[in-house]
Amino acid sequence: MTLKLDKKDLKAFLETLMEEYDLFAPVKLAEGVSIYKKIDSPDEVDLSTENPQKPAKEVFFPQSETMFRYEKAGKRYQMTSTEGVERERVILGARPCDIQAFSLMDDVFLGKEYKDVYYGNKRKATTIIGLACPHPLSTCFCSSAGGGPFLRKGSDLFLIDLGEMFIVELLTEKGMAFQKNKFFREANTKEISLAKGIEEKASTKADASVPIGGIDRRSDLMMENPFWDRMHEKCIGCGVCTFLCPTCHCFDIVDEAITDKGQRVRNWDSCLFPLYSQETSGHNPRPTGRERTRQRLMHKFNYFPKNFGRVACVGCGRCILYCPVNFDIRQAIKLTSPKEIKKVKDEVDLTRQ
Amino acid sequence: MKNPYFPIPMRVKRTSVETTDQMLRTIELSFLNEEDKRAFHFIPGQFCELSVLGKGEAPFGIASSPTENGSLKFTINKAGVVTTALHHIEEGAEVGLRGPLGNGYPITLFEGKNILVIGGGFAFTTLRSLIAFFLQPQNRNKVKDITVIYGARMPGLLLYKEELKEWEKRDDIKLVVTVDWGDKDWNGKVGLVPNVLEEVAPSSENTYAVICGPPIMIKFTFPKLMALQFPNERIYTSLEKRMKCGIGKCGRCNIGHLYVCKDGPVFSYDQLEKLPKDY
Repeated sequence: MTLKLDKKDLKAFLETLMEEYDLFAPVKLAEGVSIYKKIDSPDEVDLSTENPQKPAKEVFFPQSETMFRYEKAGKRYQMTSTEGVERERVILGARPCDIQAFSLMDDVFLGKEYKDVYYGNKRKATTIIGLACPHPLSTCFCSSAGGGPFLRKGSDLFLIDLGEMFIVELLTEKGMAFQKNKFFREANTKEISLAKGIEEKASTKADASVPIGGIDRRSDLMMENPFWDRMHEKCIGCGVCTFLCPTCHCFDIVDEAITDKGQRVRNWDSCLFPLYSQETSGHNPRPTGRERTRQRLMHKFNYFPKNFGRVACVGCGRCILYCPVNFDIRQAIKLTSPKEIKKVKDEVDLTRQ
Repeated sequence: MKNPYFPIPMRVKRTSVETTDQMLRTIELSFLNEEDKRAFHFIPGQFCELSVLGKGEAPFGIASSPTENGSLKFTINKAGVVTTALHHIEEGAEVGLRGPLGNGYPITLFEGKNILVIGGGFAFTTLRSLIAFFLQPQNRNKVKDITVIYGARMPGLLLYKEELKEWEKRDDIKLVVTVDWGDKDWNGKVGLVPNVLEEVAPSSENTYAVICGPPIMIKFTFPKLMALQFPNERIYTSLEKRMKCGIGKCGRCNIGHLYVCKDGPVFSYDQLEKLPKDY
């Protein structure tokens, strides 16, 4: 069902939304720093930034999250889990790449064997209002990664910006609950065809040429290849690519305590940090950048497909945009062709002679 | 949805120092809630995450056998924050527990076969669980011969000394204990585990080998097992890696596409051969 929302009604719409839901949307904290956070006032919402720097995964998987609190009472401990979600939630303005990433996170956190209640409870309580990307950036390659700037899959409602208004598509049962919303009106054929035009134009812009197809098989034989000696050379291990990646889900668990009271907290972690895999004995199975870079890329393009049947990359391009040393994951993917691998091997062999 | 990160409360029933260097302590835990006790079923080779609230959580192999009802034993090497806290913990104190986690030893595969257990140092804990499990009268006829080769650097560093003496007296288990360096009271074997294995030379026919120990011991023992004609798929080992969640979410313990916490910690050598050497 296709409706529309006039932009002059946006604020009032958000206000009514906030009466019923905890609203999460992009907020511009400073120039170049846009994140998804809980909205206190509709004025904070910024839907103009092309793609917020920090991915929307935070809404389900916060950078730092309390798992339970405890207090010592005599010899016993009183433990209280913080897994519950108080109110229903809405994410407004998440882009198709981030929304596609939610389904990859679902594979990990809501897998067959163990369910992550912290993630699952938030996920279940959330309605997703996606926002189309009319102007994919030069670093966007969602169309290579099984997505696209107008991918609707995963959204309950989907917005397309027409300048004065948003086209609103209701896609799921959760979305249909908004059918009677007083700010939504039926879109006319002219508006619908205008949106179609924008969609067609945008879909040609996101790079569809990055050779991700078949990379899981290609990379099977790459573990011990000198490719990695070359690949990690310029990486400084800052981990920004993993923190800003919408599919990276590694975390650390720590206790924070003051005398007899405290909490267990989980914090995002990164496979690019030496301490991530460092054991107490001093042994580190991934002692250098070579093994750690390999872990990051192989996890996305080889291990994850083995476990879940698809790559753990949605082509959002953040790791390319924000890498301080211009590591380009697209380039790395292209280099996995047998011809390129041989070239790297020959070069490395030559320098070693 | 059950919260897999939420520990159950356990009481420290008993603690005892295992080794002369004081670095290894066994703690015995009993369940504080009857329903937790009823719901807890494990097999040898599985592990638990133990919590000392305020200090953190760390994974430990279960050293007791499922046949020893009512309590769980863990032998803990004092190495970091959590293990030090567990060394200082008093009897009667409460600790948190999550588990059982991991796959455990392939008990049903072993049925009707001989088992050769090779252990080194404090890695002997889950092997002890395995041996005690099969030595129980109701389980003893599930496997044929049980051969155990267990080594430590020095006599004082052997775990479960009293129990080893008990096992030595039995005729339904062949136990060879060895040390790298003996002392004046030591009458047993002196020699490194790989060499002792060569000397004892158990037949590989109809036999599964389970090996657990420091990497250096494993490195030199594998070739000896090969020489004894053990095929890769009949050699099992249990791996350790840095872990947090224990349920395959937090990321760090993977070797290739497998997670040591949920797909392991027990792997066959055949499986390991096919994985990257990321451990």
